[in-house]
Amino acid sequence: MQTALRLVAVLALAALLAVPLFPQIVYPVFVMQTLCFMLFACAFNLLLGHTGILSFGHAAFLGSGAYITGYCAKFLALPAELSILAGTLTGAALGAVFGALAIRRSGIYLAMITLAMSQLVYFFYLQAPFTGAEDGMQQIPRGTLFGLLDLHNDVTLYYVVFATIAGGLWVVWRTVNSPFGAVLRAIREHEPRAISLGYPVARYKVVVFTLSAGLSGLAGSMKAIIFQLAALNDVHWHTSGDVVLMTLLGGMNTVFGPAAGALLVSALTRYLDPFGAWVTVVIGVVFMACVLVFREGIVGKLQHVLRRRPREKRQAVDREGMVRTSE
Amino acid sequence: MQTRKTLITTVLAAAGVGLGGMSGAAASTGFSDDVVRIGVLTDMSGIYTDLSGEAAVEAVRMAVEDFGGELNGTPIEVIYADHRNDPSVGASRAREWYESDGVDMINDLSNSGVAQAVAGVAKEQQRHAIVNSSSTLAITNEHCSPYATHYTYDAHSLAHGTGKSIVEEGGETWFFLTVDFAFGHGLEEAVSEVVRNAGGQVVGAARHPLDTTDFSSYALQAQASQAEIIGIASTGADAINAINSLAEFGVTPDQQPAALLLWFDDVDSLGLEAAQGLLLTNAFYWDADEDTRAFSERFYERTGRMPNMAHAGNYSSTMHYLNSVQAAGTDDPDAVSEKMRSMEINDFFADGGYIRPNGRMVHDQYMWEVKAPGESEYDYDYMELVSTIPGEEAFQPLEESTCYLLDD
Repeated sequence: MQTALRLVAVLALAALLAVPLFPQIVYPVFVMQTLCFMLFACAFNLLLGHTGILSFGHAAFLGSGAYITGYCAKFLALPAELSILAGTLTGAALGAVFGALAIRRSGIYLAMITLAMSQLVYFFYLQAPFTGAEDGMQQIPRGTLFGLLDLHNDVTLYYVVFATIAGGLWVVWRTVNSPFGAVLRAIREHEPRAISLGYPVARYKVVVFTLSAGLSGLAGSMKAIIFQLAALNDVHWHTSGDVVLMTLLGGMNTVFGPAAGALLVSALTRYLDPFGAWVTVVIGVVFMACVLVFREGIVGKLQHVLRRRPREKRQAVDREGMVRTSE
Repeated sequence: MQTRKTLITTVLAAAGVGLGGMSGAAASTGFSDDVVRIGVLTDMSGIYTDLSGEAAVEAVRMAVEDFGGELNGTPIEVIYADHRNDPSVGASRAREWYESDGVDMINDLSNSGVAQAVAGVAKEQQRHAIVNSSSTLAITNEHCSPYATHYTYDAHSLAHGTGKSIVEEGGETWFFLTVDFAFGHGLEEAVSEVVRNAGGQVVGAARHPLDTTDFSSYALQAQASQAEIIGIASTGADAINAINSLAEFGVTPDQQPAALLLWFDDVDSLGLEAAQGLLLTNAFYWDADEDTRAFSERFYERTGRMPNMAHAGNYSSTMHYLNSVQAAGTDDPDAVSEKMRSMEINDFFADGGYIRPNGRMVHDQYMWEVKAPGESEYDYDYMELVSTIPGEEAFQPLEESTCYLLDD
């Protein structure tokens, strides 16, 4: 089973790498956008799935990444790498602030605090003179990366985006599979116990908040470079809702499940486009079906099925993923 | 390269994938990929669905059918997509249409943000975009190109149409109810300037957030201002709510509301009772003359609704585009652009309309007054012509445009 999964992963990777060669089959810009949402969802899941914190304000990080990157590239004429860095750092800094305030409460109150703060951020971008308000920040120059790679070339841009997102996803994977990630899961499972074991829980939470927000900011920065614009939709609370949806669809107890959820949502909204307003209805039905039929999400369910079959392997896998699958 | 393309074509055809936009071998007819393809990028699910949406697609289809469905034997195809009021969705769809689906022209483009984003893509890809249902002046200023055309109306025509005519008719003191958004601010500013230049006076303004339902305090502020004219710098549901509240609080008979961007459909949903006496600038009204009635009745039969100015603009601009393609004998964007900007537009929508070098279509605008319920004699008999604003006066003077095409 392990080899089968690995084969699928390799094939998917090869397919992704081949995308710019076959624009007739799938449009590269759509793939790039989906990649951004994949990183966004996986970063969000660091909080929801791995630490047990429901943030309802992640659009603020995505949107800030996009706006700040746009601002740096357009008005300060900074090169692409510095603009992206600025967007990512802004996301991370905002995340630290959000986190420091929000973790004083938990559950629904925490979610409400993040929502309230993201609305403040939304209002800022609505009124700030440089954002163009509802018209969005248009014509952001793509520029060159490290003065070498011309991002105006769609193929170059694709591989840069691919590499960046892959890097971001690697950070997520590394975080989850690290001692730090183990502590996060301990906090999720039993917070008082983690405290009694001597872990500075609050600090851990703020750090993971910052990390998650920084990666979300990176996703937003890439989005701004790809589309050459940043718009209010990115900071709107709808986006905060969408990322929860993607994560739950994909499976929040997995590392890359949310990426599958992001892919599903992007593909649905795109390919069902001719049905107009019915898209939202279809996504709603898919969501309900997923939540009712496989609560652990698509990838979660898949892992579950694959794991159950070979009996002798089961225990080995279980030992490894004990905490993650304990629900 | 060619073999790979052929291979892909075969594979796709075998798989039964209905991809129409394959960039095949160059056509001998002078038309790229042997079809003239028009994309309607509109709002199919959000707040502008009612103003453009499916009816806009239908208007474009009607124009194509009336044109004959083909151009010298080359078929004309209409496709559409939803931009979901997200500029990035609109931009990516437009890019895909131009790059890999062989779309020659994109029409409608409701939502200013989407329109600007698509105008940017059109410039880069050197393909045509025609903006019909949004008002942003950026299309003919910083985002202008030989390929972007702004057809029906814009913020300047709204401000100048309404502001100037009202002051000339004696409405000298103004109070604004403005939606707290760039669109509202821009409109308020533009109208204020027009009013002051025409000798009027702006006595104040109240700003309300988007999607306000309770306008009571704003209505009272407007009443307290004792201005003769209440300028409503918002659109859609906000404008409807504002006008309703003004009527409910008894502001309206004494002080006259002037809607700066009100659509025919808004008057329809307001009802004549609440909307009567309202002044509005629209580029088109179905009951204006014989020709508009003929078009509107056919449109009504197809869609079950009367066309507003954007629908009429969609039809007229598609027709003009197709006429220009025919005159040029090719769908090469540069040749078509030249024809579009040199041929005059004479149809039910525009009389002697022409497109300026910066992409602005210049045609007469009209100020209408909404009838009282007693004056309405048949269904949809809502408005009466107050004055005609000549196109030259309604639109931004060419010397004020910052379009780079005007530099040389």
